[in-house]
Formats: sequence, structure tokens, C-alpha cells
Amino acid sequence: MTTANDAAAPGGAATWGRLETALRGRRSAGGKCLVPYVTGGLGDDWLETICAAAGAGADAIEIGVPFSDPVMDGTVIQKANDRALSEGATPQSILAAVRAAVADIGVPTAVMTYVNIAHHMGYERFASSLAEAGVSGCILPDLPLEEVGEWAERADAAGVETVLLAAPTAPDERLPRICARSRGFVYGVGLMGITGVRSELAASATRTAARLKAVTDRPVLVGVGVGTPAQAAEVCEVADGAVVGSAIVTRMLEGAGPEGVAALVAEFRAALDGAHS
Amino acid sequence: MTEPAESAPAGDFMDEPVAAATGSFMDEPVAAATGSFMGEPSAEGRFGEFGGMFVPETLVPACQELDRAFRSAWADPDFRNELDRLLRDYAGRPSPLTECENLSEQLGVRILLKREDLNHTGSHKINNVLGQALLAQRMGKTSLVAETGAGQHGVATATAAALFGMDCVVYMGTVDIARQELNVFRMRLLGAEVRAAETGSCTLKDAVNETMRHWVAVADTTHYCLGSVMGPHPYPWMVREFQRVVGEEARRQCAEILDGGMPDVVTAAVGGGSNAAGIFAGFANTPAELVGVEPAGGAAIGRSVPGIVHGSRSYLMQDEWGQVLEAESISAGLDYPGVGPEHSHLAATGRATYEQVTDTEVIEAFSLLSRTEGIIPALECAHALAWVSRARSELAGRTVLLNLSGRGDKDVDQMMGILG
Repeated sequence: MTTANDAAAPGGAATWGRLETALRGRRSAGGKCLVPYVTGGLGDDWLETICAAAGAGADAIEIGVPFSDPVMDGTVIQKANDRALSEGATPQSILAAVRAAVADIGVPTAVMTYVNIAHHMGYERFASSLAEAGVSGCILPDLPLEEVGEWAERADAAGVETVLLAAPTAPDERLPRICARSRGFVYGVGLMGITGVRSELAASATRTAARLKAVTDRPVLVGVGVGTPAQAAEVCEVADGAVVGSAIVTRMLEGAGPEGVAALVAEFRAALDGAHS
Repeated sequence: MTEPAESAPAGDFMDEPVAAATGSFMDEPVAAATGSFMGEPSAEGRFGEFGGMFVPETLVPACQELDRAFRSAWADPDFRNELDRLLRDYAGRPSPLTECENLSEQLGVRILLKREDLNHTGSHKINNVLGQALLAQRMGKTSLVAETGAGQHGVATATAAALFGMDCVVYMGTVDIARQELNVFRMRLLGAEVRAAETGSCTLKDAVNETMRHWVAVADTTHYCLGSVMGPHPYPWMVREFQRVVGEEARRQCAEILDGGMPDVVTAAVGGGSNAAGIFAGFANTPAELVGVEPAGGAAIGRSVPGIVHGSRSYLMQDEWGQVLEAESISAGLDYPGVGPEHSHLAATGRATYEQVTDTEVIEAFSLLSRTEGIIPALECAHALAWVSRARSELAGRTVLLNLSGRGDKDVDQMMGILG
């Protein structure tokens, strides 16, 4: 397991990718980062939804590439996955659409999918496909630290930032290794569970953010169980930002369209700005 | 690959050759050319290029805890003795080896059946479940959660939970719930809660997804009692070790029946592959041919495309984009698009071969064993018999050991609909 090449080491800015540069920029300006998640290929207007979310104050967009067996996802994102797949979404169709719209999106993007999608295409080819589509980062939640090396090497070579997740139950010695190998940001998992909106923010969300902040200079964003603007503001009392998935995708599934999603993103933006401006 | 010192086993595996990479401390030389099979995986949980621990970070601590606990327990004579006692006094081991005179005469192949169907709960699943329940208790867990396909593993888990006084939740696909009603009732009778997996194909693979989603939130109190030699490390290795008893017993029993000889061929059905792994483990380092039999509609090895799902890298049925395909077979227990990683390794190295049989052949084999020997087999192991029947001219005059992994009671209702 190679974890030596920490981009936070001296040399810094030159090695940060577009995603990390954007998030650090928001933080330096005294703001909190907002990264909404949109399921790629869901409905006819998912791409417009991404653009609208970017326009409503997102710092970056996480684009879900649907997988048949999303073990880390709850019912909302499962349903979105299934629907997008039944509508014919493929990694290729999603990346081709993103590539054509990079200028309109305007903020960095990160693809979130499961490792078999990358493995089946071949790590090298998948990494270069992301780069060619103008995608900055990649999140593969079923690729933990011990297994990430083979992929991360190719992603690094292609200039794709591999975002690693950190669990609330990770022992202290593991966190610095995760932060060192992560690129773009470190994704603190808000709770021990799967994606989905909860009535309250779990105590583990801010605790995990604090533990990560103590060991890294890289932006620390928390996702999973961050479902309302108030919860996002709460976790951002400690974290540098929040990833919001199921709440956004619920709106998409309800047929709110790009405008409806943009309105929700704007609420999150306002909550983060209000808490920390 | 190097292995951390603390994970080096201290002579805890009985007369089992160890893979060269992990260092051998046994008297038996490690055969470099042909390789040594079914020993300990690498520290990363690899069998050759297969296996690993491909789970979200949230599950890594639980898998690592399990790895440590299993290594410690398996090296502890008290644990081994207690498990042996349970297998003997509760599950009814050793299971007999039955020589099938009528069937042998009819097919022209000498057939020996390892009678896992005679175990308590009706299949080999109890071997693994008693091991894991005992381990869970040792780890201080108070609940078990499990996935099930045909319901045999769910019933076995519910049984062990009742015995150990643990809570039990079993996930089962809605399609399987419909075709295995009796096992659903059995699990409930035993005090387990059966939850429907309603996503995807609504069969075993989806039940595994739901179980993993459940486990991640409750891993501090709950052990995931996985039913086959699949999933993230240490499961493929641990489950095979808990099933090894099948192969070890069969080897001794064969030696008695065959005057110190060995069967020419050892065969078993393969879905995830635990019953095959158990019986193969007793013969992997003998000259016996090993033949796994997959359903044609769930032939992960038959297609030989590697993929990563449910925690490990192995052969996997998938489409051109890497979406996992739905397996389709008459047997709910084999309706799984993947296969245990060690089977992929055995296939890739040529140590074992894997054949595919159709549902029609399976139905014929199911009837054949019932009529000739008075043994109604589970549809799963009827796959292995279907292959023997089809290959009888090549197997003529040879001795075949077949793992009869379960009894067919659970399938009688379904077969009544097919055979009338």
C-alpha cells in the first residue's frame, strides 16, 4: 500500500487538481463547500439539473454513474439508479453528455460509482475516459484504502482526483493514511450506514469531521445523512463542507426538474453562507 | 506479498499444506510447479488474483475485527473442541458416506455420496453457521444477520441463533420468498425475522446487498453470518475452513471404503461454492480431479469474466458495462451471478474444472436419484449428479465422490408443479 505521495506536502498548490483547488478556494474565502449529488442519466433533464445546481451555488457536482448493486446506497439512490439504468444510462452515455456540457456546468465534477464499473472498463481506460470528459474527480466507495492502490495510480496518471472516504469507526492511525492518499477532498462518512435523509444529524458526523480536520489540511466534506440545509449548516460548524445526495435525488425523482433542484441547492447555499459569513 | 508477523498462523491448521507465499511450517513440501491449493490466502485475502476486501470504509473495521477474531479462534484448541462437539452432538456429524449400488450400476460409474443432507437442518450450511455463531459469541455479538437464497442458510442461521440465544434477521429476495415458502415459515418458527429484499432481481444477490446495508449500521452488536465462500476477506477463507470438515471426513471415509484409495473425481454443485469448497478442501492436494458444476443460467466461471461485487474480485456475470446480471436457474440456492474467489483461482490455475448443466438435466437427475436410491436430493446438488449422468461415458469405471449437499424436501413443492 503506497501512501507516500501526499499532495499536501510541500509543492502543494501545483499538485492540487481542479476539484481540490476549487474547494480550497471556497474555504480560503471563508466559505463552506457545497457538493450536491445528481444521478447521471436520470430523466431527460439530468444534465440541465447539474448546470442549474452549479448555478445555484454548488462548488462542485458529484455525478452518480448508476450501478446495479449499490451496497452503500439507501432506497432513494437505489431507485434513481434502477430508473436511470432502465432508461438506458451507461457510463459512456453519461460521460459523453458531461463532456459536451463541461463549459455550461462551470464547476468541477466528480463521478461517483462502484468499482466494478471502472474495473470492467479497465482502470486505465476508465481514468482516461473521466479525464477526457472533463471530470475532475472520482469516488469509488467500495474501494477502501487497502484496495485503492491499483486504481489510484492510474487515476493519478490521468490527472483524476480520487476522493477517499473515512468512516466514523476508523481507528486513529488509519485517518492520516486516508487523508494522505485522498485527492480533491476527504469524504467523511456522516454515520455508520447507507445514504439517505435522517431526521437528525448524527453525532458521528461532526465528530468524524473534527477527527479528520485534526490530521489534514485537505478540505474535509461530510456526506451520508446530511439531508437538510440545517443539518448541512450544523456539520459545517466543524467540516469544510457537505455532500448532499438523497435530498437532491428525491427532488429529481419527484419531477421537480432543474429549477426545483436549483431552488433546493440555493437553500443549502444560503444555510451554509448564513452560518459562516 | 509479505505478511505481517502477527497474522502468521502458528501451526493452527491440521495437516494442511500452506501456500508458498505465506511460508510453510509443515513437513509436507510445497509443490512449486503444481502449486499447493486451499491453504491460507495472502494477508490481503487473495487467492492468486482473486478475493480481497472490496467494501466501503464503513465495513473495513468490522471485516478486520472478524479476521483477527477468526485467526485467534481457529488457533485456539478450546474453540475447535467446542465446535467439534457441536458438530457431533447437535448437527449429527460425521455425516455418512453412501455407496450408491443401484445408481452406479445404471450409470456405469462408481458413485459415493457424502451425505450432508442428513445433517441437522438438512444441508451442509449448518457446518459454517455453527462455526460463525460460536465465533460471534466469542466476539461478544448478540445478533446474527444473514442472506439466504433457497432458505437453507437462513434456516441454519435461525437455528444457530435459537441455540445461542441470539437475535436473528434474515434477508431473502421476494422471488425466493415466494418459491421457498416452507423455509420462510421455518425461519419464523425458529424465532428469526425474515425481511424481503425487494430490489434488483429480488434473489440472492439482492439479499446480499440488503444484508451488507443492514450490517454496516449495526456491526458493533451484530455478526454478518455469510452463507458461502464469497464476500470480503476473511469470509471466503473462513467459510471454507468451517466447511473443510466435509472434505476431511470424506477423505477418511473414502480411504476406508476404497481400501486406502482415493476417488478419481470429486464433484459438487457451485453457486457461491461453499459445499464444493468444503469437499474440495479434503482432496485439493491429492491426485483427484475436482469438478464444480454450475447452473447454465448462473455460470460465472463458465463465462470467465472477472468482476468485483459483494466484497471480492472473482468471476462474475455482467453486461458490457459491468452491470451485474441476474442469474436464472431452477435452484434458488444457485441463483447467484458470482462465485467464491477461490473457485475462480482453482479454475484459473486448472486445479479444478467447472461444468454447466441445464435445468432440464437437473430435473432428470433429481428424479433419477429419487428412484434409484430412495434419496430425494436438493436441486442444488442435483446439478452435480446431472453432470455425472451426462459425462457417464467418460467417467465409466471410475469412482466419483459427489457432495450431496442437501435434502430435497424444500424443493418437493416446486417439483410437484414441474413433474406433476
